[in-house]
Amino acid sequence: MANAQGPETTGTVAPPLPTPRKTGGIGAATPRVDGRAKVTGAARYGSDFFGGPDPAYAFLATSAIARGRITEIDDSDARALPGVIDILTHRNVGDRVKPGKTFSDKGYMGTSIAPLASDRVWHDGQIVAVVVADSYEAARDAARRLRVSYADETPSASFDSPGTETVSAESKSKEGEKAGQEKPKVGDAPRAFEAAPVKIDQHYETPTQHHNPIELFTTTCAWDGDQLTVWESSQNVYGYQNGLAEQLGLEPSQIRVVSPFIGGAFGSRGSLTQRTALIALASKRIGRPVVLEATRQQGFTIATYRAETRHRIRLGADQSGKLTALIHEGWEVTSRKDEYKVAGTDASTRLYACPNIDSDVSIVHADRNTPGFMRSPPEVPYLFALESAMDELAYAAKIDPVELRRINDTDREPIKGLPYTSRSLMKCFDTAGQAFGWSRRSAQPGSMRDGDWMIGWGCASTMYPTQVGPAAARVTLRPDGAVRVQTAAHDIGTGAYTVIAQTAADRLGVPLDKVHVELGDTALPPAPVAGGSNTTASVCNVVAKACDEIRRKLAAAVTVSGGPLDGADPGRITLINASVMDDQGRMASLKDAVAKTGHGAVEAYAENIPHGAPPTAMQNLYKGQSALAGGAKLKDRIQFAFGAQFVEVRINARTREIRAPRIVGAYAGGTIVNPLTAKSQLMGGQIWGVSSALHEATEIDRRFARYYNDDLAEYLIPVNADITEVQTIFVPEEDHQVNELGIKGLGELGNVGLNAAVANAVFHATGVRIRKLPIRIESVLDAPVPT
Amino acid sequence: MRPFIYTRADDVSAAVQAAAETSGSAPANAAPVQFIAGGTTILDLMKLDTMRPERLVDINGLQSALGSIQATDKGLRLGALVRMSQAAEDPQIQRDYPVIAQSLQLAASAQLRNMASLGGNVLQRTRCQYFRNTSWPACNKRDPGSGCAALDGVNRKHAVLGVGDKCIAEYPGDFAPALAALGAVVTITGPNGSRAIPFEQLHRGPDQPERETTLAPGELITGFDIPAGPYTRRSLYVKVRDRQSYEFGLATAAVALHLVDGKVEEARIGLGGVAYRPWRSHEAEAALQGKPLDENSAEAAAQAAFAEAAPRRDNAYKVELGRRTLVRALLEAGRMEI
Ligand SMILES: Cc1cc2nc3c(=O)[nH]c(=O)nc-3n(C[C@H](O)[C@H](O)[C@H](O)COP(=O)(O)OP(=O)(O)OC[C@H]3O[C@@H](n4cnc5c(N)ncnc54)[C@H](O)[C@@H]3O)c2cc1C
Ligand code: SF4
Repeated sequence: MANAQGPETTGTVAPPLPTPRKTGGIGAATPRVDGRAKVTGAARYGSDFFGGPDPAYAFLATSAIARGRITEIDDSDARALPGVIDILTHRNVGDRVKPGKTFSDKGYMGTSIAPLASDRVWHDGQIVAVVVADSYEAARDAARRLRVSYADETPSASFDSPGTETVSAESKSKEGEKAGQEKPKVGDAPRAFEAAPVKIDQHYETPTQHHNPIELFTTTCAWDGDQLTVWESSQNVYGYQNGLAEQLGLEPSQIRVVSPFIGGAFGSRGSLTQRTALIALASKRIGRPVVLEATRQQGFTIATYRAETRHRIRLGADQSGKLTALIHEGWEVTSRKDEYKVAGTDASTRLYACPNIDSDVSIVHADRNTPGFMRSPPEVPYLFALESAMDELAYAAKIDPVELRRINDTDREPIKGLPYTSRSLMKCFDTAGQAFGWSRRSAQPGSMRDGDWMIGWGCASTMYPTQVGPAAARVTLRPDGAVRVQTAAHDIGTGAYTVIAQTAADRLGVPLDKVHVELGDTALPPAPVAGGSNTTASVCNVVAKACDEIRRKLAAAVTVSGGPLDGADPGRITLINASVMDDQGRMASLKDAVAKTGHGAVEAYAENIPHGAPPTAMQNLYKGQSALAGGAKLKDRIQFAFGAQFVEVRINARTREIRAPRIVGAYAGGTIVNPLTAKSQLMGGQIWGVSSALHEATEIDRRFARYYNDDLAEYLIPVNADITEVQTIFVPEEDHQVNELGIKGLGELGNVGLNAAVANAVFHATGVRIRKLPIRIESVLDAPVPT
Repeated sequence: MRPFIYTRADDVSAAVQAAAETSGSAPANAAPVQFIAGGTTILDLMKLDTMRPERLVDINGLQSALGSIQATDKGLRLGALVRMSQAAEDPQIQRDYPVIAQSLQLAASAQLRNMASLGGNVLQRTRCQYFRNTSWPACNKRDPGSGCAALDGVNRKHAVLGVGDKCIAEYPGDFAPALAALGAVVTITGPNGSRAIPFEQLHRGPDQPERETTLAPGELITGFDIPAGPYTRRSLYVKVRDRQSYEFGLATAAVALHLVDGKVEEARIGLGGVAYRPWRSHEAEAALQGKPLDENSAEAAAQAAFAEAAPRRDNAYKVELGRRTLVRALLEAGRMEI
C-alpha cells in the first residue's frame, strides 16, 4: 500500500479489486463500502492510532480478590525495570478522576466503581494499578512484578451466596422511574392462574456471558495543551466525550473521541469504562501519548457483561391454549454499587394476548463488576424463560407450538391495549415453518432419529423494540456529484457506512461510489449510541432529511427566472442521475445547479427528533444522552419487530454431544435498507443464539467470586463445523408509522428466542426439559434413549 | 512475559549442551532453560507469566535429524520435530495407524497443527485455569505446597482417573493417549547420553504435581517408536467435546483391536480428557481379552476402565461419559472395514 491512512485510500501497488458498487439506493443488496479497507488492513481501529510519534505503553494490574482493601503495593521491583516511567495507583490518583455516573443514572459510565479512587476492592479483576513504560513488554513485565497485598473479605459471588442483597428493581430504582421503568400488570393474574385448567409454573436460569469482541479493549490518549484526543473503539463517542469531561473536570469541547472502525462491540463499548480517564491522566502526567491494550482476560473484568438471571414463569391457559394468566418474575445479578438491570418483562408481557398479567423484577447485589448491555440485553434472558414456558404449555395443552402462538396472537399489546404499528409474527412463523419443514415434525418427544443421532425440532418467537433516537448529520454536495456525509454514528460491524451511503445516494441521485461517509468522531454532528438497534432508523432518516434540504436549495436555485429549470415547481424537483430534474423531465446538471446557488457546494445540516422523544432531545444528544424513543415507551402506540426462530438439534444417542446444524429464521423488520448487511446481522444473531444456548457461559469460582474461564480457549463459541446451514428470510413489511423511511432495526432481533428454540428442540429430541443454560452434554447424559 | 535469552541449536548435541547448562533440581518442565519447537504451548504460558524460562533453545534447526516419518514392517518412527499436520496427513499413517492420524487431525486447529511438533505436543501442559492464570494463589503444580484450587473449585474439565489429593488436572492432549495405547517407546538424548523408555513412563503421577515427566532438565525427546501389531489397522480415535472442532476433548478414546472371528485377540486402549496423564487402560484391555466384541463386552471393558474413577463436583459426568466414549470407540472399531 502506498498509503494506509484511512478507508478512502486505494492501493497503487495492488490492482484495485473489481468494484462491487454497482447498486445504489435503499433496498439494494449492496456489499459493504468499507469492505475493501477492512480486508486490506487499511481500516484503522482504536489501538492502530498511536497518538503521536513517541507513545508510551500502559499495562493494567488487576485485583486477585473480589472484596477487601489494598493494604500495600510494593512497586520496587517494577520501578527498577528499565523503561518504566510511571505507576498509577489509588495513592496518586484518588479523586483526580471522578467516578462519574452510570448510564441508568443519566450518566455515561458502565459502572460507578472508580478503581483507583481508594484502597477498596469491589470485584475480581478490578484495576489496582496502571503501569506506564517505554514499551508494551516492559509495562507488562513491570505490572506482573507489582506486589499487591490485600486485607480480603469473604465475597458474595452470585445467587444463593451468603451476603447478597436482593432488592426490588422497582422500589429501589429512582432512576428507573425517571426512565419510565414500569412493572407491567393488568387484570388479576394470580387469581386467573389459580383458576386456569392448564398451568405451567417453572423456573429458568441463564448464565453470565461476556461479549468477547475480537478487538480487545484498548485506549490511546494524547494531549495537545489542554486538548485531549482519545482513540478508542466506541458505540457512543459523544457519550464518551461528555463522560470523560465529567470525570476529568474538563469542558466537553476540550475532548475529541475518535472511533472510525470498531472490531466488535455487542454492547460492550456502549458505556464509558473507568480505564479511559486513567489513561488520559497517565498521558497528562508523563506528557506523552499513552497506548493501553488490555488483555483478553482483563476484558472480563474491566468492562461489562451479561449478568446471570433467574425467572419464574406462571402461565395459565384454557383447554384451547388461550392464555388466561401470565406472571413473569425475574432476578438479576449486579454489583454491590450499581443498580444495573435489564428488566425484560417490558417485552415478555407484550408478546401474546392475555387478560391477566403480572410481573416483577428484583436485583441481587453481589461482589461483582457491574453488568451491562449485551446484544438484546433484556430479551435474550427474558424470552428464554417465556418461550421455554410457552413450549411447555404447548405440550401440556397438546397443541402444536406454532399453533399455540397463533391462538395467542394479537394486534394490540395486552397491558394498555395500544395498537402495534405493525406485527407480522405469524407470517414469520408460517414462512420460516415452511422453509424448515415443520409440517414433517412428529410431535412426540424422542420420535425422530437419524442413525446414531436423536433429532429434535424446536421453535420460538423473537421480538425487539423498534427504537429511534435523535440524530444530526451534515451533508455536502459538490458540483461534480461528490457527496460527503458526516455524522458521529457508529459502524459496529453492522454496515452503517453502507446503509448511510445508500440513503444519501438514493436521495441525492448520485452513484454510491460518489458518497463518502464519515462516522465515529466527536468532530462530527452527534448521533445516538449504537445500541437498541436504532442506528439505521435514526441516522438514515436524518441523513435523508439533510439530503432533502439540499434538494430544496437546488430546486429553489434552478427554478428562479432565468435558471436552467425556469418556471418549474420547486416542490416537484427531483435529483436523479447526478442531475436535477423537473416534473416535465427537463434536466439540469448538478454543476449548473450548484453554481446557480451562488456557492461552491451545497451543504445542509439536519437534526431529527423522533416521535415520542422530548423537545430537549437534541440538546441532550450534544451532551451525549441518546433518548431512544419507541418500543413499549410510547403513549399512543407500541412498536416492535417480530420474527420466528426454528432450529434442529442432533444429539448423539450414546455420547450426547449436542449440535445445532440447522437454523431457519424469518423476520419482519420494516424497510430493509440493505438485504445483504441485514442478512449478515440476522445470521450472526442466529448463530449467537445457538452459542448462547449451548456454549457461552462464564464460570465463577463461587468461593472467591472470581471468573474462571476468562479466555477464548475456554469460553466457547461455535465454530463453522457446528452450524452447517443457516437460512435467514425476510418477511416483507411496510410500516411508515415508525419513521419516515419505515425502518425497524434488525441488529438484535436475530438472537432473541433462539436459545429457547434450542432448549425446546432438545426437549423434542430427548423428552428432557432443560431450564438452565447452557445446555451441555451432562445436561442430557442421563436422559433415557427414546425407543 | 519476562525477558529471556534466545539461542538456536544446529544439532542435537548442541541443543542438549545448551540446555544442560542449567543446574539444580528443578523439574524439566520448570527448568530455567527450555527448548522451543512450535512454541504453541510455551509462548502462551510465557505470555501468561506461568512459565518463566530464562533461556529458550530453538530446536527447529534440527529438522533434518528429527523431522522425518519412517514406516517399516517393524513399526512407525516419528521424529520429535514432525509437525502434527504432517503426521495427520501422511497416507501410510492414515492407513496403517489411523488412531495416530485421527488423534492429531482432531486436535487443535489447522494453524496450530502446522506449527506444533510431536515432541512439544506430548509435553503440552494442562488446561487447568488455576494453573495457567497466576493470580490464583493455590496451585501445587505451579507453586508446590500452595494447595489445589480445583479440588473444590470449578472442575468440570478436570480428570477422574489417576488423580490425587494434590492435583486433579487433566492431561489435555490427544496424540499421547494414542501413543500410550499402541505401546510406543520414546527416545531421549540428554547430557548423559541417549535412552529409550516406554511412553507410558514419560509422564508422572500426581504425587508431585510440579514434576510432570521423568525427563531430566536438558533431555531432548528425539522421537517415538510405535511397534507394528496386528491391531494397528483396526484402530481409531473418538473425541467427545462441547463443540465440533477446535476444542480439547471432554472424554476421548484411542482404541486398536485385533479381532479374530469376531473375538478380541488383542485390544489396546488409551483414554484422554479424563485422566491425569496419558492413560492406557490395561484393565479394559484385559476385560476384552478373548471376548466376542459386542455391546456387553464393550460395556464391561468400560466399567473396568473407570472402576477407580474419583470424580469431584463438576466432573462427575466424566465417569459415565468416559465409559460411553470407550464403548462407542470399541464398537466403531469393530465395524471398521480393513
Ligand atoms: C488454542 C489451542 C488449542 C489446542 N487444542 C488442542 C487439542 O485439541 N488437542 C491437542 O492434543 N492439543 C491441542 N493444543 C495443544 C497443541 O497441540 C500443543 O500446544 C502443541 O502440540 C505443542 O507443540 P509445540 O511444538 O508448539 O511445543 P512448544 O510450545 O514448542 O513446546 C512445549 C514444551 O515442550 C518442550 N519441548 C518441545 N519439544 C521438545 C523436545 N523435542 N524434547 C524435549 N522437550 C521439548 C518445550 O521446552 C516446552 O516446554 C492446543 C493448543 C492451543 C494453543
Ligand atoms: S488441579 Fe493441579 S494444576 Fe489445577 S489447581 Fe490443582 S494443583 Fe494446580
